[in-house]
Amino acid sequence: MRVDMQTLYLVVPLAPLFGAIVAGLFGRLVGRTGAHVVTIAGVAVSFIASVLVFQDVLAGHTFNGTIYTWMTLGDLRFEVGFLIDALTAMMMLVVTFVSLMVHVYTIGYMHDDPGYQRFFSYISLFTFSMLMLVMSNNFLQLFFGWEAVGLVSYLLIGFWYTKETAIYANLKAFLVNRVGDFGFILGIGLVLAHFGSLDYATVFAKAPSLASETITLWPDTPWMLMSVIGILLFIGAMGKSAQFPLHVWLPDSMEGPTPISALIHAATMVTAGIFMVARMSPLYELSDTALSFIMVIGAITALFMGFLGMVQNDIKRVVAYSTLSQLGYMTVALGASAYSVAVFHLMTHAFFKALLFLAAGSVIIAMHHNQDIRYMGGLKKYMPITWVTSLIGSLALIGTPFLSGFYSKESIIEAAKMSHLPGAGFAYFAVLAGVFVTAFYSFRMYFLVFHGKERFHQGHGHGNEPDAHHGHDGPPHETPWVVTGPLLALALPSLAIGYMTIEPMLFGDFFGRAIYVADRHPVMHELNQEFHGAMEMGLHALATLPFWLAVAGVGLSAFFYLKRPDIPAAIAQRFSFLHRMLLNKYWFDELYSWVFAKGARALGGSLWRRGDQNVIDGFFVNGSAHLVERFSRLVRAFQSGYIYHYAFAMLIGVFALVTWFARLN
Amino acid sequence: MRHALMQFAPAFPEIFVLIMISLILVVDAAVDDGKRFLAYFLSLVTLAGASFLTLRDFSTLPVLTLGGLFIDDPLSDVLKLFLYLSVAIVLVYSRDYLRQRGLYKGEFFVLALFALLGMMVMVSASHFLTLYLGLELLSLSLYAMVALQRDSSVATEAAMKYFVLGALASGMLLYGMSMVYGVTGSLGLGDIAIALQDGTDLRIPLVFGIVFIVAGLAFKLGAVPFHMWIPDVYHGAPTAMTLFIGSAPKIAAFAFVIRILGQGLESQVSDWRGMLVILAVLSMALGNIAAIAQSNLKRMLAYSAISHMGFMLLGILAGSQNGYGSAMFYVLVYALMSLGGFGMILLLSRAGFEADRLEDFKGLNRRSPWLAFMMLLLMFSMAGVPPTVGFYAKLSVLQAVVEIGYVWLAVAAVLFSLIGAFYYLRIVKLMYFDAPHDAAPIKASPDARVVMSVNGLAILALGIMPQPLMAVCIHAIRASF
Repeated sequence: MRVDMQTLYLVVPLAPLFGAIVAGLFGRLVGRTGAHVVTIAGVAVSFIASVLVFQDVLAGHTFNGTIYTWMTLGDLRFEVGFLIDALTAMMMLVVTFVSLMVHVYTIGYMHDDPGYQRFFSYISLFTFSMLMLVMSNNFLQLFFGWEAVGLVSYLLIGFWYTKETAIYANLKAFLVNRVGDFGFILGIGLVLAHFGSLDYATVFAKAPSLASETITLWPDTPWMLMSVIGILLFIGAMGKSAQFPLHVWLPDSMEGPTPISALIHAATMVTAGIFMVARMSPLYELSDTALSFIMVIGAITALFMGFLGMVQNDIKRVVAYSTLSQLGYMTVALGASAYSVAVFHLMTHAFFKALLFLAAGSVIIAMHHNQDIRYMGGLKKYMPITWVTSLIGSLALIGTPFLSGFYSKESIIEAAKMSHLPGAGFAYFAVLAGVFVTAFYSFRMYFLVFHGKERFHQGHGHGNEPDAHHGHDGPPHETPWVVTGPLLALALPSLAIGYMTIEPMLFGDFFGRAIYVADRHPVMHELNQEFHGAMEMGLHALATLPFWLAVAGVGLSAFFYLKRPDIPAAIAQRFSFLHRMLLNKYWFDELYSWVFAKGARALGGSLWRRGDQNVIDGFFVNGSAHLVERFSRLVRAFQSGYIYHYAFAMLIGVFALVTWFARLN
Repeated sequence: MRHALMQFAPAFPEIFVLIMISLILVVDAAVDDGKRFLAYFLSLVTLAGASFLTLRDFSTLPVLTLGGLFIDDPLSDVLKLFLYLSVAIVLVYSRDYLRQRGLYKGEFFVLALFALLGMMVMVSASHFLTLYLGLELLSLSLYAMVALQRDSSVATEAAMKYFVLGALASGMLLYGMSMVYGVTGSLGLGDIAIALQDGTDLRIPLVFGIVFIVAGLAFKLGAVPFHMWIPDVYHGAPTAMTLFIGSAPKIAAFAFVIRILGQGLESQVSDWRGMLVILAVLSMALGNIAAIAQSNLKRMLAYSAISHMGFMLLGILAGSQNGYGSAMFYVLVYALMSLGGFGMILLLSRAGFEADRLEDFKGLNRRSPWLAFMMLLLMFSMAGVPPTVGFYAKLSVLQAVVEIGYVWLAVAAVLFSLIGAFYYLRIVKLMYFDAPHDAAPIKASPDARVVMSVNGLAILALGIMPQPLMAVCIHAIRASF
């Protein structure tokens, strides 16, 4: 029985890999249909296997073992291994389900794209990488998965590689993630140096004995080892999960096709950082400093990225900022030691955010790839399924009682309230204020797209996505079933998953030993005491502040964008500085490109001129070349062709050798 | 070690080759010009037969025979097999070239086989007399081969230089041997080793002897400052002869060095190591630097040969079994690369056109992408670029040098090979990035093309999987010492 499970574990990541290889390397051979059939079949098999694994885990079977030893270096073993517990099983389920939906959706979205097979190959490859990441039982494989998803993300953001903005965006994503990965690999290096192992179980078991260990980063300042490791690993998470100040790449990543925005930049890859921190909970629990740091970063992201969503006009960017903000929420939960809450929100968010992105994509198809919400409106009657599912997604996002987002978000707010770490007060304020902001921008978009006047006929200049070349005339119409099907399939969990799973996931023993919380951080315990069932929690919400903040947000946006569209413009004019600040995303891009990009170029330029041209080229390269040339000419002169010269050289050689070695003796 | 007095069995391959040479002489005298292929065919048969005999009696233990003059051990068997192989490749590559230049005669084959016989004797010698005998048989055959194209003044001049300088080197070698004989009282390598085991009072004569022997060996290898004949002879000789001189005799010279220094004078390693260090450094420096200034490919490869012999000396001077093994690996690989390099010149040449200038390789990629790719592999391997086998060969000799603590020598070797990379890569650049200078179709025979493909791909395959060959070398050395 157990052996069979191991085979099943292998099937989960390898089935999508097989699909990726077939679609990628033999794409021309199998054709468009072949490519989507084989990749969807691969992911479907993977999903079914994940369901079986999940049931097995629910039955109490976990697994931690090596599948393949790559190499052994002294005592250090580099292995491929799986750690299958509740956390992994849940992530596997989420990843394969969303991926399956996105695969199906892609058939409709990429219908006319010349890179059809390539796209399917990439998303299957992504699914493989993400599964390797979440199933890993050691840091090395985690890092492999981490880099692999980063690579596929890079490839997919720049999928339309002739589009300059896409190339800029994927380069930016890659470079910003380099910064995060630098911290990440330093953290892994520290783990290896102090624990002597890369295996999770070994490291976690040894962690408490190293809890008070300090290291000296610079003279006279001892640092807690656990804090340094925790913060360094979290820097990796900040890159991958787009936390302030490494958030700048995520909005630009919307240059990629919409299906991958849903899969990679909303539901799965960007949550890898959240997953990683939850997985490392035995390490993070040992350092209040790291937790506090995490909470503050999360709070900043949650609130300030939400503000930016209020002024965006590109439908995908609104959702992107919303993703940033929600990732901030999850990070706050991590900082409050409420790892299970973070993972819970990760799961609910994966469903409703994927839904929102795919719905946005559906709208984009109907609008012939014009993404500006100012030129939409009134789509409700043309696209009923997209409309209903978008409404469900938005309601879930803003935390409407009984919908999935409500349970997770509410728990995060409560957790922040109950945390006693430094910065918890600020975090509580940020997540609370964030509720209003979220409600406002979500419904601003919703109203502008589906209600109000039909403005799409004034729409000029179609979207710049290169595949929009069909049927420009006539009213918008609902998209085909391959698009709406996934929307409906995602709407169900967005509605109900929170209600169904909050009790086992947060307060039951679902996670078991997968997540460890120290007794010093009793947040979950306190939450448990206030919890009296999902129904109770939903009813009670009507009397809490977050609910009314959300209602206020929705109401305000309805007033602004349905009744009095002149007001937002007036406000923008009145507070033009603030408005410009938000439009320019707090000038982070300018700052980075000015300081880092320009600075790096200036540094590189001066090194090139002074170091490379003068010293290396001038002295070493050209200098040695001149020397060699001169010597070589000399040798040629000696090679005179006269036999007595040659004989003379030989005799001189013998004479020199004899003299030298006779003297030595 | 088993003394099998007057037992001829271990020398069957040599005896067989000698009989076949006589047969070819008779046959060739009897047929007219249209049937020259008989000699060619019989030569290949000779090589195949000799391979069969060597393989059949492949020794696992050293067998000393013919009164201690002749030894049959794994080292000699492995080296002989590679000698047959390289001579066979030479014959295939040069057939068309020789025919176009009126050299396709029995003499060539007879001389080549005599040279082979000399090399076989060298490889299996366990006595100064047999060593010298084999060396002279080889040398005299080579002098004659170089001069075979009698109407070419360049070839004649080259032969003359080779002969005079070779005679001088032989004299030095004999003088050195006589000194060692004077000190130890014996000519057998085994006896010499035993006599020198506990040291000797006659230090100065012994050192004198070693210097002269090393000088003679250095001439055969072409190590600086005894290298001057190499560029002129390589350049002046017809390319087919250059191909011959540049491949198999290097293997024999390796055996020669390893027999005298490694087996006979093993205990004097501290004396000859210093000399070899000087020769190696000078060879690598001069070979690589002078090659840059050449515009003739044969001449460039001649200097390249000098530098490669310097590299091989690194392995020998380590004085360890690992070192000898890596040197053997190096010389076998070098023979393979050298065959490919000169073979390519032969393949591109045609009647009245030698294809031996660098510019003749311009734009080869456009004329024949496959041959250009083979040449690229050969050049990468000579430069020591992974994953070709040249990289591994260099790496293993460097490891041997580092093992004995000569890190500076390894660093110097790497720097010189870095300089050397320039002229190898220049060929690649000419082939791939320049416009063809010569647009005539390449008329290489199909069998030569096939052999060239195998030759080039072997360079790549051995680079990806060097272990088997390396294991053979190490085993041959271990079992014979």
